[in-house]
Amino acid sequence: MHELGIARNILEIVQQSIPPDQEAAVKRIRIRVGQLSGVVPDSLEFCFSSLLSETQMGQAGLVIEKIPTVSLCKDCLHRFTVDDFVFSCPACKSLNLEVISGNELEVVDIELVDD
Amino acid sequence: MSIITIERKVLEKNDQIAVGNRQLFQEHGIYALNLVSSPGAGKTSILEKTFQELRGEMKFAVIEGDVQTDLDARRVSQYGVSVVQIVTLGGCHLEANLVRDALKKLDLAAIELLFIENVGNLVCPSNYDLGEAMKVVVLSTTEGDDKPLKYPAMIRNSAVLLLNKIDLLPYVPCDLDALRKNALKINPALKIFEISCITGEGIPAWCNWLRKKDYSL
Repeated sequence: MHELGIARNILEIVQQSIPPDQEAAVKRIRIRVGQLSGVVPDSLEFCFSSLLSETQMGQAGLVIEKIPTVSLCKDCLHRFTVDDFVFSCPACKSLNLEVISGNELEVVDIELVDD
Repeated sequence: MSIITIERKVLEKNDQIAVGNRQLFQEHGIYALNLVSSPGAGKTSILEKTFQELRGEMKFAVIEGDVQTDLDARRVSQYGVSVVQIVTLGGCHLEANLVRDALKKLDLAAIELLFIENVGNLVCPSNYDLGEAMKVVVLSTTEGDDKPLKYPAMIRNSAVLLLNKIDLLPYVPCDLDALRKNALKINPALKIFEISCITGEGIPAWCNWLRKKDYSL
């Protein structure tokens, strides 16, 4: 259950990005969560909503953009989505792959309601 | 309605401290291994076997991460290695700042190989870079051959897999070939050692690899 720590980090990053008097205006926080990041979106949402009461951002919603695992085959340059964590190229069966996306765990942006 | 672009990594603070730890390891010529597994897979037993086998040959230190107690630190300190215990008081994984603080209690000039024994957990520690050179994941035969599929992120993020408790294979429903295949599907570059801390089987091969001090895979 490290999602609680992750949720706390997200709120800290938001608080560092806006003046304190703007916290109540935060309408939504958009984050990117890669499939390989080890974060369970449902747990993260639960932890996030539990922590909101400790801030002035009571109205803020969390928007989670789930990022699939995408690999590039270094042998045949085929680009593909990795299903079920099978890391072999579906075109040439090569194991020589580069993971292009799937490790993301990032705060993208925040939306504020205007006064 | 206004949108403020942030584009920051959620774990950036941890990652920055991990970079500092990694620099410290490089400056002192320390090779750091982050040992991860579920609880009871045999991390501490593997350390004990390793220290028995390599006693006097290499200079070791251990950072022990546990939710409670210093039992593991007491176990490994019997082998004459420096050990620092981190008690996370509920925390399910080690973070880079805890390792940074633990390093202050060690004589870095006297360490060649540092084992960071993470909290027993196959999920959370995979996210947190501690500054290690690589993660070594331990799975045991009693956990079943499907574990790599259930914890793919950890398998993917590790460089070495120690398959422990192979002495129990006659008694447990674990297909070693299937386990190997499942792990290599997720991480084809994974280096695998099959070991038993009870019979000592496979321990020399693992220790030879450590002894070489050439950890390119």
